[in-house]
Amino acid sequence: MSQKITNAGRTQSNTIECLNISEKKVGLFVTCLVNTMRPSIGFASITLLEQAGCTVEVPELQSCCGQPAFNSGDDEGTRQVAYQTIKQFEHFDYVVLPSGSCAAMIKKNFIEVFKDQPEWLERAKHLASITHELLSFLVDVCHFQPSDIELDGSYTYHDSCSGYRSLNVYEQPRKMLSKVKGLDHKPLNSHAECCGFGGTFCVKYSDISNEIVAEKVENVLATEADYLLGGDMGCLMNIAGKLNREGHKEIKALHTAEVLAGLAPQILGGKDAS
Amino acid sequence: MQANRPEDFSKNVSKALAQPDLKKIIRRTTDKAETKRAEAVANFPEFENARSQGQKVKDHTIKYMDHYLAEFEKNALAQGTVVHWASTGEEAAKIVLDICRQHKAKKVTRSKSMLGEEIGLTHAFDNSEMERIETDLAEHIIQLAGDPPSHIVWPAMHRSREDVVKLFREFHTDPTYSEEITDLVRSARRDLRTKFLTSDIGISGSNFLLADSGSSCTVTNEGNAELTITPPKVHIVTAGIEKLVPSMAHAVPLLRLLTRSATGAEITQYITFHNGPKRPNDADGPQECHIVLVDNGRTKMLAEGMEEMLRCIRCGACMNHCVVYKHIGGHAYGSVYPGPMGSVLTPHLNSLEVANKQTHACTLNGRCEDVCPVNIPLPKLLRSLRAQSWQKKYEPLTNRFVVQSFAMMAKRPRLFQLLSSCGVIFMKVFSRKGWIKYMPFTSGWTRNRDLIEPESTTFMHQYKKMKKAKSGGA
Repeated sequence: MSQKITNAGRTQSNTIECLNISEKKVGLFVTCLVNTMRPSIGFASITLLEQAGCTVEVPELQSCCGQPAFNSGDDEGTRQVAYQTIKQFEHFDYVVLPSGSCAAMIKKNFIEVFKDQPEWLERAKHLASITHELLSFLVDVCHFQPSDIELDGSYTYHDSCSGYRSLNVYEQPRKMLSKVKGLDHKPLNSHAECCGFGGTFCVKYSDISNEIVAEKVENVLATEADYLLGGDMGCLMNIAGKLNREGHKEIKALHTAEVLAGLAPQILGGKDAS
Repeated sequence: MQANRPEDFSKNVSKALAQPDLKKIIRRTTDKAETKRAEAVANFPEFENARSQGQKVKDHTIKYMDHYLAEFEKNALAQGTVVHWASTGEEAAKIVLDICRQHKAKKVTRSKSMLGEEIGLTHAFDNSEMERIETDLAEHIIQLAGDPPSHIVWPAMHRSREDVVKLFREFHTDPTYSEEITDLVRSARRDLRTKFLTSDIGISGSNFLLADSGSSCTVTNEGNAELTITPPKVHIVTAGIEKLVPSMAHAVPLLRLLTRSATGAEITQYITFHNGPKRPNDADGPQECHIVLVDNGRTKMLAEGMEEMLRCIRCGACMNHCVVYKHIGGHAYGSVYPGPMGSVLTPHLNSLEVANKQTHACTLNGRCEDVCPVNIPLPKLLRSLRAQSWQKKYEPLTNRFVVQSFAMMAKRPRLFQLLSSCGVIFMKVFSRKGWIKYMPFTSGWTRNRDLIEPESTTFMHQYKKMKKAKSGGA
């Protein structure tokens, strides 16, 4: 079903492109954590991309970026997952993910597993070239700035390692958040130090991961901010989970996209975003 | 303290995490190292330039290793140095001990060398009739304590000042009763001074080997390398073959990178180039010089595509910036080389089968690569070792099963979506007030933190419903 939609969409977009050359046809890869745990990030992404002038499509036959297999050293498993992703997304003008780590997986790591398959390597390279992390895409490619968004309080920002180091996501979210009325920034000490999530690492070495996230939580609490924001569901789940375990309910973890799309009040009220 | 074994990694980690003050003690050193390195880099605008230059020098030398080794040997011989070749650590240690025995040595002084630790020189001496005297202050402390090193630059960083005070009072002939650092250093100095002058043989490592002159360079802050090398009749250098550089001009950018990355200093107190035995007109120096060139897995690394790791200049920046190292410390790794660089090296020096757990004890956050002065892609190398472990089936069966099942599902998106929906229903059963405190199969997560409650249904489910409603409404 979704294959048909995608193919049909492609033809349509070609026609649309003739009429409006600036239109960006974006394939949204929601990522498995957003799909299962926090769909509102996916809807926030659609809202923001549309506000930025993109046409957004979400291919229904998407699953995972393949990081669990890749980081475990299972190259064959990674390829099996990557074939799917490449087929589903290579026809778009841009592929956008609301996660630095999943975006970096496609942008930087797919090519590692296709070294011996020239045809797939080319396709993986093409996909890498059109793939972007959501927040940097909005600013760097779409030159988007949010308007008429309000949220009272202060936020502190955790930079996810993949976003920060592999994809240079740093200024972009802060720039957009500075336009949110009523929201102040409180810098986080060691903002770019790993939170201890690391995908499978956090369950394989749960106790080391726990020590790392406990330290992150200390730093977050020291800011006395009302919101902890970030661009990766994995890190946010980890830090928020530790905050809650330690009984710190005063600080709320949100994805930056949720705030920028104006969904924060709704989410904090406990409602689905769709 | 008994040395940990790499194969006991998980046990070593639990032991380390149970030590209440360890994290604080490590932090005291690594935090300072991080700050000082950042300042040094900020004050050195050419840092990036030097970094790529340093990388190029190393890559070039490694590529033409055979040529430069031959050139080094020729020039070292011309200086009167005896050159030995050792393919394994054991062989290297035996060569060193044989030389000492030929000279009927009773006491040997040693200046800090990780290669010496790698080839098991400390144990070899301790099991011999000879007395081993460590002259680097930190090595002196861990020798008194009977500890293995826990960091490649600060081997005693796991010991607190209080520990040092106790050790010095117990072992020094004329100990201090002050707890001031300067007094403690003086106490060590008094103890070591006579030992320097009565040593039969001095053993050092090398930071750089210069091919065009056959010289060996040591970089220290205490001057102990110079005092180890100059007074005794015989000087023995042990060095890994990757220490080679073509000439002094090539060593300079690497020196600038090394000191800044290791301690944040622009330069160390002592940088000495040792040029073989004493010549007729020299005022002092050893009468006999030996250099043992050690392979111990290095050519194998070259053959197996791990040549980037041979760039390593042993600055320790990767471990100072590693979140895992900072919490578990160096001993947990069970190897001479801890932290990110150690997790790549140990599988080659030992075997991947015994040291594969270390390659997984990393979040692949990339900070080590970011600060590496010679751009070693440590996360990429760690992952490639994981891929080798996977192929050789060293991974525990349960991990393999979980990862494989996930990949099996993920390549079938319809099944994946269906199972995601089931997962949400399952999680909802265990959710209370927005959080999951406990749930079967997720103890790795819920042992230490709560799991956020998922929304009512998956994104895909909500998205399809929304689209249907829109098209119905249109």
